[in-house]
Amino acid sequence: MFQAGHAMTPNSIAIVGAAESNRMGKVPDMGQVQLHADAALNALEDCGLGKSAIDGLATAGHDAAEISHYLGLDPSWTDGTSVGGCSFITHIRHAAAAIEAGLCTTVLITHGESGRSGHRTHRPIFPSQFSLQFEVPYGATVPPTKFTLPALRFMKECDVTEEQLAMVAVVQREWAGMHPRATARDPITVDDVLGSRMVAYPFRKLLCCLVSDGGGALILTKAERAGDFPTKPVYVRGTGEAVESPAITWMEDFTTSRAFRASGKMAFEEAGITHDDVDHLMIYDAFAHVPLYGLQDLGFVERGEAGTFIAEGNTRPGGKLPMNTNGGGLSYMHSGMYGMYALQEGVRQMRGISPAQVEGAEISVVHGVGGMFSAAATVVLTNVT
Amino acid sequence: MPSPGFEPPFTIAVVELEEGPRLMANIVECEPAPEALTLDMALEVVFEERGGVTLPCFRPATP
Repeated sequence: MFQAGHAMTPNSIAIVGAAESNRMGKVPDMGQVQLHADAALNALEDCGLGKSAIDGLATAGHDAAEISHYLGLDPSWTDGTSVGGCSFITHIRHAAAAIEAGLCTTVLITHGESGRSGHRTHRPIFPSQFSLQFEVPYGATVPPTKFTLPALRFMKECDVTEEQLAMVAVVQREWAGMHPRATARDPITVDDVLGSRMVAYPFRKLLCCLVSDGGGALILTKAERAGDFPTKPVYVRGTGEAVESPAITWMEDFTTSRAFRASGKMAFEEAGITHDDVDHLMIYDAFAHVPLYGLQDLGFVERGEAGTFIAEGNTRPGGKLPMNTNGGGLSYMHSGMYGMYALQEGVRQMRGISPAQVEGAEISVVHGVGGMFSAAATVVLTNVT
Repeated sequence: MPSPGFEPPFTIAVVELEEGPRLMANIVECEPAPEALTLDMALEVVFEERGGVTLPCFRPATP
């Protein structure tokens, strides 16, 4: 039996199917529901399952019933948890618990978002009533004017320079250069970043994520069935989730995310791992400051060390902690709810098939943010049991 | 960054009151430039009428 407070027994659940939509970036001829379905069909094909095998469905930013109906499913378990871009990481935790509890056997998690072309009716996250009342009247209407607000305080108290912030984008572009499917692949320099158009001080264009169309899907089942599939199983070793505040104004401390700390701790404890065990890391980067918070709040570095850690090359190709190896939201793609793509790269790394493969990687941590530091979710993936 | 009804550049900040609570607001009567806006600078409240609503905003404190 699994431990109280834990979603599951480590490695009892496996990701057996994983895929992105055929096209990403600008896909103006597909609506949001089609992007969900495209990725879902690819994930089914990936693991050789028919849709009748799916008895659990989770999705975010879209009505689960609509996705279920469009795909012709009849699930006995659905999860529509929608806490922002990390929701799909949260879904893994919930799905693991649901499968262990016997509510379903085979879960499909789908994401689709027409973030660039705007063929959608659903917002990726329900707008916070508090934000509408207390933030929007001041012109804080879009993420670059809200999500970035804590960064100056973080930079001051954690000794991060603008050049170090720029290095987040520079390093991730190096990784993106290895990925044929990444949107932005040409190398960039610190000068390129600091010379790019100002969006909301101190954030320039190259410190902000892309705006893309795309989809992704995952299929999970009990690890004991993993041998039935053609794909190399990726085991779910630990999970965590947390929520903090409805919008940026109410973040407890602008230099650290309470949700990041709680979710990360939960996942590491459930997995029974230490930071030294981690071979590969994904930290959701809607903007360049988020990985800095993640490195500190997950405990990979001490407070005040994240900027230097990245600038010194520890997360770049060949570094001791390869991070955001698809290029991240800054360079790979960012539909709006990017967490699915961080997961896809974590799965590729554990399968050993990433175009930017970290040789011999056995443990990958995927950590996501939801909303503007409103929520967080973390998963520890592994290819060994 | 453009925002309906706002002409960039404009300033959005989270302000901490002496009593402790924090709120988002615009900093007004101050050049919207990094050199003119520093963390922890002293501010004072000023009420602005906008579209039939009165909003608390802040300007640099008068010495």
